[in-house]
Amino acid sequence: MAKRVGIEVSIAIAEAVKLADADVIPAYPITPQTHIVEHLSELVANGELDAEFIPVESEHAAMSACCGASAAGARTFTSSSSQGLSLMSEILYIPSTMRLPIVMVVANRALSAPISIWNDHQDIMVQRDIGWIQTFAENGQEAVDLTLHAFRVAEDRKVSLPMIVNIDGFTLSHVIEPIEIPDQEEVDKFLPPFKPRYKLDPRKPISMGPVGVPEVYTEAKVALDNALKASKRVVLKAWDEFAEIFGRKYNPVETYRTEDAEVLLVTMGSISETAMTAVDAMRDSGQKVGLVRIRLWRPFPSVEFRKAAGKAKVLAVIDRCLPPGAVCGPVGEELRSLFYKVPGAPKIFSFVAGLGGRDVTVERFEEIVDKAKAYAKRRPKELYEVIGVREK
Amino acid sequence: MAKSDAIVGWKTITFGCHVLEPGNTASFRTGDWRSQRPVLDKEKCIKCGMCYIFCPDMAYDQTEEGYYECNLFYCKGCGICAHECPKNAITMVPEEG
Repeated sequence: MAKRVGIEVSIAIAEAVKLADADVIPAYPITPQTHIVEHLSELVANGELDAEFIPVESEHAAMSACCGASAAGARTFTSSSSQGLSLMSEILYIPSTMRLPIVMVVANRALSAPISIWNDHQDIMVQRDIGWIQTFAENGQEAVDLTLHAFRVAEDRKVSLPMIVNIDGFTLSHVIEPIEIPDQEEVDKFLPPFKPRYKLDPRKPISMGPVGVPEVYTEAKVALDNALKASKRVVLKAWDEFAEIFGRKYNPVETYRTEDAEVLLVTMGSISETAMTAVDAMRDSGQKVGLVRIRLWRPFPSVEFRKAAGKAKVLAVIDRCLPPGAVCGPVGEELRSLFYKVPGAPKIFSFVAGLGGRDVTVERFEEIVDKAKAYAKRRPKELYEVIGVREK
Repeated sequence: MAKSDAIVGWKTITFGCHVLEPGNTASFRTGDWRSQRPVLDKEKCIKCGMCYIFCPDMAYDQTEEGYYECNLFYCKGCGICAHECPKNAITMVPEEG
C-alpha cells in the first residue's frame, strides 16, 4: 500500500522521479527548485536511483543535455525556475518540434528586476509558446501525481512531446504536506518503459534537428501544433488510468461550487486553495460565486473550459503575471479569445495579483469579485487591473 | 533536410522532422543557387587538383583523363576554384536565363 507521509513537496517530487526510474538528469540548481535536484543527486549518489546525474554548467547546458539524452532514448528529467528557465529559453523550442519527451518541473518564480526569488507565474508565461504540454499543480499531492502523469503522457508514442509540471515556488516547493507516495509496483503498472519511436543509434543512423528550409519549416511547425493539440486525448486517458490505479481523479479544468454561480473566479496553481476558502465565505454571505481552476494550460482545454464556465455571467480571471504594454494578462487574453463573439459569453475581467511572492488572500479574492460585479454594470476604463498595488 | 524531400505536407513530414535516410544530403541540389559557373581551359590545366582540394562543397571529381570536373548539380558558383587555380585555368562565367 502507498504510504501517506509528511514530506516537503520538492523531496516528494524527487521521490516521484525516482519511482519513474529516470535515466538521465541534467540539472542546475536555482531557488526555489534546488531541493528537487539536490535530493535527486543524493538518490543517484547513494545508489537508490540508477541514473546519470549531470551537474551542468548552466540551464542552457541542462536543456541541451536533456535534448541529447532524450534523443538517445533515455528517460530524461530536469527542473528549473525563473532566470534559469529564461536561460534555457533558446533550447526549449527545440525538443517540442523534435518530439523529445523530456519532463521538467518548473518551480514558478518571478523574473528580475528587481531580484525576486518569490512566487508568481511570469517565468513560465514567457515560455508559453515553446510547444510543451503544461500543467499547473495546486498542492503537493498533485505535484507528485502530475510528475508521474507527465512521464506517462510525454513518452506515449502517440504524443512524444516534452512536458512541464508547474508548481508554485515556496508555496508548494518548500512546504511540508501530507503526501501519499505511491508504491513502485503501482507506478510500474502506470508507467511502461520508455520506448521511443526513433532514437540516435549508430546501428540505425538517422539525423535529428536538421535545417528546415522555407519549403518545410511551416509544415514542421504545423505538425508540432497538431501533435500538441492531439495530445489532449492522451492527457485525459492517462488521468483516467491514474485514477484507476491510484484512486485520485484529475481533470483539465476543475470547478468548485460553480452550480448556479453568476461570478466565477478563474485561477491556476496553488492560490486556488485560498480561492476556494474565499468562495465558501462569499457563498455563506449569499453571493453566487464559484471557482474554475485551469490545470491543463497547454494544449488549452477549450471545450472543457467552456463547459466549466457554464452559464456564469462574469469571469474574474487572475493572472500572476504582469503583461507590460499588453491588453491584459495571458490567461485573460486566452479566455477573451476563447469567448470572442460566442453567443451568451460571460463578461471577462482581467486581474493581475500575487506578483513576486505577494500573498493573494481571501480578502483580495473578495475584492476581485466585488470589482468584477461592479465592472459588469459599468465598464472599466482599463482592460486589466493590478490588485493590491499601492499608489503612494 | 534534402530539397528532394522538401515538398511534403504537415501530415507527411517525417516525425520530429528527422532525416531517416542517412547521407541523403547527396540528393540535395545546391547547384540552383549558382549565379556563375566555373569553366575549365584544358590547355592551361596541369591537373594539380587544387580546385578539388579547395572546393568547399566537394563538387569536383577527377575524370579518367585526369582532369578535375565540376559537378554542376552541387556547384554553388562561389569561385574559390578559379581563385585558387595556380594556372588561371578556371574562368567564372555568368549563368544566363
